[in-house]
Amino acid sequence: MAETPPEKKSKYTADRRIPGAFEGETITRRRLVGGSVHLFGGLATAAFALPALGFALGPVFKEKKTPWNEVGPLADIPNDTYVSRVITLEPDIGEIGKTTVYLRRRNPKFDKEPADDYNNVVAISTRCMHLGCPVRFVSASARFICPCHGGVYNFGGEVDGGPPVRPLDRFYTQIRDGIVWVGPRFSVNSELRRFSPRFPGEDLDGIGQYLYPSRPTARKIGGT
Amino acid sequence: MPKLKLPMPPLPEVLNPRPKRPGDPTNGAKPLDVAKEAGISAADWVDERLALTAPARWVMFRKIPRGTNWFYTLGSATLFAFLSQAVTGVFLAMYYRPDPSGGAYESIRYINDEVFLGQFVHGMHKWGSTVMVILICLHMARTFFFGAYKYPREMNWIIGVVLLILTFLMSFTGYLLPFDQRSYWATVVGVNINGTGPLVGPYLNDFLYGGPDFNATTLARFYSIHMLLVPGAIAALIGAHLWLVMKHGTTAPPWLKPRDDHDGGHS
Repeated sequence: MAETPPEKKSKYTADRRIPGAFEGETITRRRLVGGSVHLFGGLATAAFALPALGFALGPVFKEKKTPWNEVGPLADIPNDTYVSRVITLEPDIGEIGKTTVYLRRRNPKFDKEPADDYNNVVAISTRCMHLGCPVRFVSASARFICPCHGGVYNFGGEVDGGPPVRPLDRFYTQIRDGIVWVGPRFSVNSELRRFSPRFPGEDLDGIGQYLYPSRPTARKIGGT
Repeated sequence: MPKLKLPMPPLPEVLNPRPKRPGDPTNGAKPLDVAKEAGISAADWVDERLALTAPARWVMFRKIPRGTNWFYTLGSATLFAFLSQAVTGVFLAMYYRPDPSGGAYESIRYINDEVFLGQFVHGMHKWGSTVMVILICLHMARTFFFGAYKYPREMNWIIGVVLLILTFLMSFTGYLLPFDQRSYWATVVGVNINGTGPLVGPYLNDFLYGGPDFNATTLARFYSIHMLLVPGAIAALIGAHLWLVMKHGTTAPPWLKPRDDHDGGHS
């Protein structure tokens, strides 16, 4: 009795002469078990790794709302110099959740950008646009000066000298019944156009606004 | 100088038995004999089950090329600097609280002022971090100038570069933890420098801060990266680094010419 030669192309393992093959079997038990081990091992790993990864990355995709802060009556705020006020950006973490802002009423003599509901009071952030050190307004020279690397800004917060790459950030402000409220931060380019908040050191002129895109965590108020 | 020989104390017979002679009956093992062999028996019992003698021999009794000198100890020195950081860090974690509203600073003050040897252990961790960075850079320079990164050791160079980056990440995240003015502002500046990386920089910052700005979770995030995530990766990569060193052996210094010896250059 001549043995039939094995059929290499057949889909049945019995035809391919694989030891221990069953009738009608198309995939060997070894491949099935091996594949299952990889599949279930992969599923088990994904079951703990993916939630953990999402847990760590979650905040990157979630917008954080900044609370509005009441900073006193409009009458206390001059239009030819700045007063400082402390606002809370992040409650419950003490001093580091607070920041100083400089406030003055809008003055058409300095402020050429179009007026709207959010800039009747100009609120300048104290975060230097070089690397984020705290700047100080020096009234004698009418300039903002950074202690770290010598950044200097003019009265309107635009760069006068040193390493900063764009004017000082600002905050939205509103006047409600004669009381001034300070809201979320926004960034400005050299023409004082509003952008979603950027980190210090990120240029907003020319290609800069595309190299440093706005982030899902912090957006400017829509339509401004 | 003549060798000084002290007189033996008069020991009783049972503590100073005569050595066994060939032909003595072997089955009569006295309890004392068993006790004397106990240490060896225990080691044998463990070794028979773990079979670690051969690997330990392979790890520890390697041939090294002639010309090996003190520069070759920089890698081990870095390893021991890391171990020192790990041990002191584990114990600092017993007292440290990553609480941004004042608790972190207060816990560091407590470690320094109140805990027995607290300032010493904190100081070892603080200055040891600088020592580790200096040593890893010297070790890298040694590898580079001795040409020890060349075939077949390229993979070990790459692992070493990753270890260098992870060490810098440890320095960066550890700097925030004392949570004083210097820590806070240095971290703000460091994160902002990171943010100037085009396209990915801003998103990496959001990941580091856990939000758009420094917030309630940032300190805990840095603490977790500093004491769990990065040290785990460093320990695993040091294992791989050492395994490759043992696998490939060390290189001879570049100033030695190959010698046409019978022992294949080993001496």
